[in-house]
Amino acid sequence: MQPTLPSRREFLKQGSGVIIGALVFSSGPIALLAPSKVWALELSSLDEATGKSLLKFARHLYPHDTMEDAVYAMVVKALDKDAADGNVKKLLVEGVAALDHAAGGDWIGKSPDRQLVAVKALDGTPFFAKVRGTCVVSLYDNPLAYAHFGYEGSSWEKGGYLHRGFNDLTWLPHPPADASPRPVHAGA
Amino acid sequence: MATYETSDESVVVVIGSGAGGGTLANELCQKGVNVVLLEAGKRQSTATYVNDEWASFGQLAWTDKRTTSGTWRVARDFPNLPAWTCKTVGGTTTHWAGASLRIQRHEFKALTTYGRIEGANLLDWPLTYEELAPYYDKAEDKLGVTRTHDIAGLPGNNNFKVFYNGAKKLGYRNVHTGRMAINSKPRKGRLVCMQIGFCFQGCKSGAKWSTLYADIPEAEATGRLDLRPESFVTRIEHDGAGKVSGVVYFDKDGKEQRQKARVVCVACNSIETARLLLNSQSSQHPNGLANSSGQVGRNYQRHMTGSVYGIFDKPVHMWRGTTMAGIVTDESANNPKRGFTGGYEMETLSLGLPFMAAFLNPGAWGREFTSAMDGYANMAGMWLVGEDMPQETNRVTLHPTEKDRFGMPIPNVHFDDHPNDVAMRAHAYRQGKTIYQAAGAKRTILTPPYPSTHNLGTARMAATARDGVCNKWGQTFDVANLFVSDGSVFTTGGSENPTLTIVTLAIRQADYIADQLSKRTL
Repeated sequence: MQPTLPSRREFLKQGSGVIIGALVFSSGPIALLAPSKVWALELSSLDEATGKSLLKFARHLYPHDTMEDAVYAMVVKALDKDAADGNVKKLLVEGVAALDHAAGGDWIGKSPDRQLVAVKALDGTPFFAKVRGTCVVSLYDNPLAYAHFGYEGSSWEKGGYLHRGFNDLTWLPHPPADASPRPVHAGA
Repeated sequence: MATYETSDESVVVVIGSGAGGGTLANELCQKGVNVVLLEAGKRQSTATYVNDEWASFGQLAWTDKRTTSGTWRVARDFPNLPAWTCKTVGGTTTHWAGASLRIQRHEFKALTTYGRIEGANLLDWPLTYEELAPYYDKAEDKLGVTRTHDIAGLPGNNNFKVFYNGAKKLGYRNVHTGRMAINSKPRKGRLVCMQIGFCFQGCKSGAKWSTLYADIPEAEATGRLDLRPESFVTRIEHDGAGKVSGVVYFDKDGKEQRQKARVVCVACNSIETARLLLNSQSSQHPNGLANSSGQVGRNYQRHMTGSVYGIFDKPVHMWRGTTMAGIVTDESANNPKRGFTGGYEMETLSLGLPFMAAFLNPGAWGREFTSAMDGYANMAGMWLVGEDMPQETNRVTLHPTEKDRFGMPIPNVHFDDHPNDVAMRAHAYRQGKTIYQAAGAKRTILTPPYPSTHNLGTARMAATARDGVCNKWGQTFDVANLFVSDGSVFTTGGSENPTLTIVTLAIRQADYIADQLSKRTL
């Protein structure tokens, strides 16, 4: 294929997609954090359709049924950033095309089961490896994911857990003092 | 803080500021020796440490490119990250968990105790437990190790509670919150543990011993230490008489420097120590400096490791509090009836959510993985650490083609498990799993070894120059004024976390070097 220079309009269309979503679980931990139930992710390298397919692909790779799309959008955000590199962008765009091909066209419009078959068909490809590797880092390394899983993150600014439940588990007996001395603040 | 000329031939140059180098530098300064301490990384502080796993990894970890080979799974999952060590002032004492155990008497006599084992390059240490005991005592006092020197144990966290209850149900006898270089009360200018839960990310309360804020400031206060961060040593040079004369390094501006030295001590952690010696080859030392034995880089040990996580019906919040304050020592004896030689420790461990995702089952995807992650808040964790067999073929070599930014060959780390390591891991996994089942776990997960945190043996001590690189003082057989001062000198690994022994050997080595300097034999 001959390379052609895009028109200004086409050039703008190539990047700057936007994915807009809404929180599903209005009373979940993420809803407590979110300023609004509607969220939007601006893309600078990928278009909206590619972004949406990547988000769905990430859901198939790391399915947490009760986790909001807003968290999976973190993966798309990271991939979009990497796609500033033309080679990565090509890998992602062609990967989504390969998904469509494996699904017999319009992968994202197919049933979840058929989508998953196409996902599995791509296991072992560089596209799959790129998205999976990005997922396993960015999906679990953000405040929304922390809230979803109940992880409390940084603690030093709150004085750690010495007075905030480091030993508050009550469903098993307390070990004796020779195995586990009382903390100094308890006046042991 | 002192400043020495690069032309000053009277200084002792120590390369690396971690458990070995940082301790040695301080001990020498206390004895009136002038020391130049070269550290590849930047200087952080308890104020700049972050409670964020990936960000902290970027701040502290040694991420220069390395390659891997062999059948160990790390080579597949983390081909360019064989080890999880640090490049920062304080070295890996910023990252270590604080577990401070003495190597046991019989473990110093591995060959005598275990006998010959096929494929294993076993040897007795050229020193005994009795020789080291007074130095272990000094090291425990320096580090403030709990359950020694009348220092109380740490209070157990939730993760320990689960571990303790399961272990006791199994009948284990020695279960407690460990011997930890983490203050259970304020001591020696360091604060009490606040149960922050980020021991691996640099302790922000300073309760955990690190050379960064313990030994290095003490050394600076003597006025004899010239600490140079961001100084990457690429070669050790020697004179015609066969003694080392100085080192070549690149400073923080990328400028090549040449520091003269009376004595050079290498403490770069086992991979870089071996690499530096190999990269310092010359016509007199064609196979690498101090490598007439051919043992430099060989016998690389990383401990038999693995982790077990249990998922329970109720919350554990294992990330709260001290990461590794919990131990079962019952399995650390040598009891070949279990189907393997040597022993292992079981120690509590937790990872934050980001690193749990990265290390639970590297490369995995799909519902088996995510359903385990869904149980994260109800998870308890332990680490298994045991003696692995030294093998000549497990080794650090120089990459034939790839070079770093200074033009020096990067290291390749080759590792295959010995059948004894495999048998020990299988036993340890089974016991760990049974502990959590006894505590009521509804699911247990066996996690493969992480990139190596314990890197040992690549310049081992031996009784004779044929069998090893160093004598019992860490002095190289080939070059009298060249010392190795880190875990590279371990003849065998024992089943214990190595830092306490590294510190112990460094204190002892400082005595020896100072004595030899005063006698003018160095």
